[in-house]
Amino acid sequence: MAQLDIRGLVARYNDTTVLDGIDLTVERGEIVSLIGPSGSGKSTLLRVITGLLRPRAGAVSIGGEAIDYGDRRSLRRAREKLAIVFQQYNLFGNMSVLRNVMVAPVTIKKRARAEVETEARLLLGKVGLGDKLDAYPDELSGGQQQRVAIARALCLKPDILLLDEVTSALDPERVGEVLDTIKLLAAEHMTLLIVSHEMSFVREVSNRVVFMADGRVQEAGPPAQIFDAPQMPRTQAFVSRIMRHGAASDA
Amino acid sequence: MLSFLLAEIPRLFTSYNIILLLHAALVTLALSAVGCVVGLLLGFALSLARTSRRPILWPLKILALLYVEIVRRVPFLITLMMFFFGAQVLGFNFSPLLTAFIATSVISTAFVAEIVRAGLLAVRPAQIEAAAVMNFSAWQSFWQVRLPQAWPLILPPVFSYFVLFIKDTALASQAGVLELTQAGKILTTKGFSASLVYGAVLILYFVISYPLARLGTHLESRLGATRHSRPRRAV
Repeated sequence: MAQLDIRGLVARYNDTTVLDGIDLTVERGEIVSLIGPSGSGKSTLLRVITGLLRPRAGAVSIGGEAIDYGDRRSLRRAREKLAIVFQQYNLFGNMSVLRNVMVAPVTIKKRARAEVETEARLLLGKVGLGDKLDAYPDELSGGQQQRVAIARALCLKPDILLLDEVTSALDPERVGEVLDTIKLLAAEHMTLLIVSHEMSFVREVSNRVVFMADGRVQEAGPPAQIFDAPQMPRTQAFVSRIMRHGAASDA
Repeated sequence: MLSFLLAEIPRLFTSYNIILLLHAALVTLALSAVGCVVGLLLGFALSLARTSRRPILWPLKILALLYVEIVRRVPFLITLMMFFFGAQVLGFNFSPLLTAFIATSVISTAFVAEIVRAGLLAVRPAQIEAAAVMNFSAWQSFWQVRLPQAWPLILPPVFSYFVLFIKDTALASQAGVLELTQAGKILTTKGFSASLVYGAVLILYFVISYPLARLGTHLESRLGATRHSRPRRAV
C-alpha cells in the first residue's frame, strides 16, 4: 500500500489550471523528488496535499485513507500523518527554537511535555542546533532556521515528510548543511516527497524522480533514467538545459 | 497684570469651583477611559471579523469596513452631533452624557480597529499556514502565533491614539456635556480670568493624559525595539 497515492489531481488558481491531472504514488520508505521548470506546479502539488489549496478534481489518500478536503475531520486526520518544511521556514517568530519544535506535539497532539522535550532536544541536537535551544528565529541564519523547521517537522513523527524547495531561500554556503540534514533522514528510510532544484542532491538521494511541466507529470523513473537517459522530449530539453548551465549549484 | 492674576486665584478656587473642575475632570477621565476600553475591545472584535476568512462573516466584514472607513473620515464633532441629534430624532431620551459616551466609544472603536487590523496583517500569513498544516485551529493559531507577534506592533500606535483621543473628548462640550472644556467655558463666562481657568484646565488634561502617554512610551521602548528578537513579558 502506498504511503501517498494521488490520482487525477486537478487544481486551479482562479482560472489558471496549475495541476492538470497528476498521478503520483510514494511508497513507504521511498524518496521521491519532483523536478521541473518554475511554474510547473511542483510546489502547488504540495500545497494541495497539505490542504492549503483545495483541489478541483482527483483523489489523494495518505496511508490508504482517502482525504476529503472539504471535511475538517478528514483533513485533520490527514494532517496528523504528514509534515511539511517550507521554502521560507515559517518558524513562529514569537517562540524560541525549542518551543517551535515542541508546540504542536504538546498543545495540538497533547503528548506529555517531558517526553516531547527530550525528543525535541534530541532532534535539535541531530540537526546540529543543540546549543541554540533558547534562541529566537530572528537570531538565526537561514540555514539554521531551516534546520529548526526540519526538527519541528520531525517532532510531529510524520508518516511522510514533504520538503518544498527547502534550500531555495538560503545563501549558497548554507545549502550544504541543510542537504546533509536531509540525507540523514534518507539514511533512516523516512518517506520523503521532495521538491528541489538541487539536481545533484536529487540524483543522490532519490529512489525515483518525477519530472513535471505544465501541471502534468511528464516522466517518472529512477534518477539514472531521468538524468542520463530521459525518454520524453520535454525531459530531455530540461535536463540538457540544466547540464549546460552546470546544474543548479552542487551540494 | 501678574498681581491681578495672583489676586484672582483665591476668588477662582472656591470649594464650589474646585468641585466643579474636579467633577468635570472626572467626566473627561470617564469619557476617555470608557472610550479607550470599549474601543480596544470592540476595535479588536471588529478587526478580527475583518481579517477572518470565513465566508459566513462576509456581511459583517462589509459592515465593519463601511463603519471603520466612514467614522475615521468624518470629523469627531460631526459624529458626536449625529449621535446627539440622531438619538433625539429616533425618540431615544438619552442624556447628553450618555450620548457622548456612545459617540466617543464609536469613534475610538473605529480607529483602534484599523490599528489592530494593520498589526494582525503584518504577521506573515505563511506562519499561519504552517500552523494550519500542524492542525492548529484558527483560534489556536490566532492566540499562539498571530497575536503575540502583532501586539508589539499594535500597542504603541494605540497608545498614541488614546492620548489624542483624550483631547478629542473636549468636543463633547459642544453637546452640553459638563467635562473639562465645558467647565472652563462656564467659569470664564462667570467672569473668572480666562488665563487662570484654562491654566487649571490645561493642568488637569495633562494629569489625565500624561500617565497614559508614559505607559505608551514605556511599552513602545519595551516591545518596539525587541520585536525582532526576544519578546519580553509585556508590563
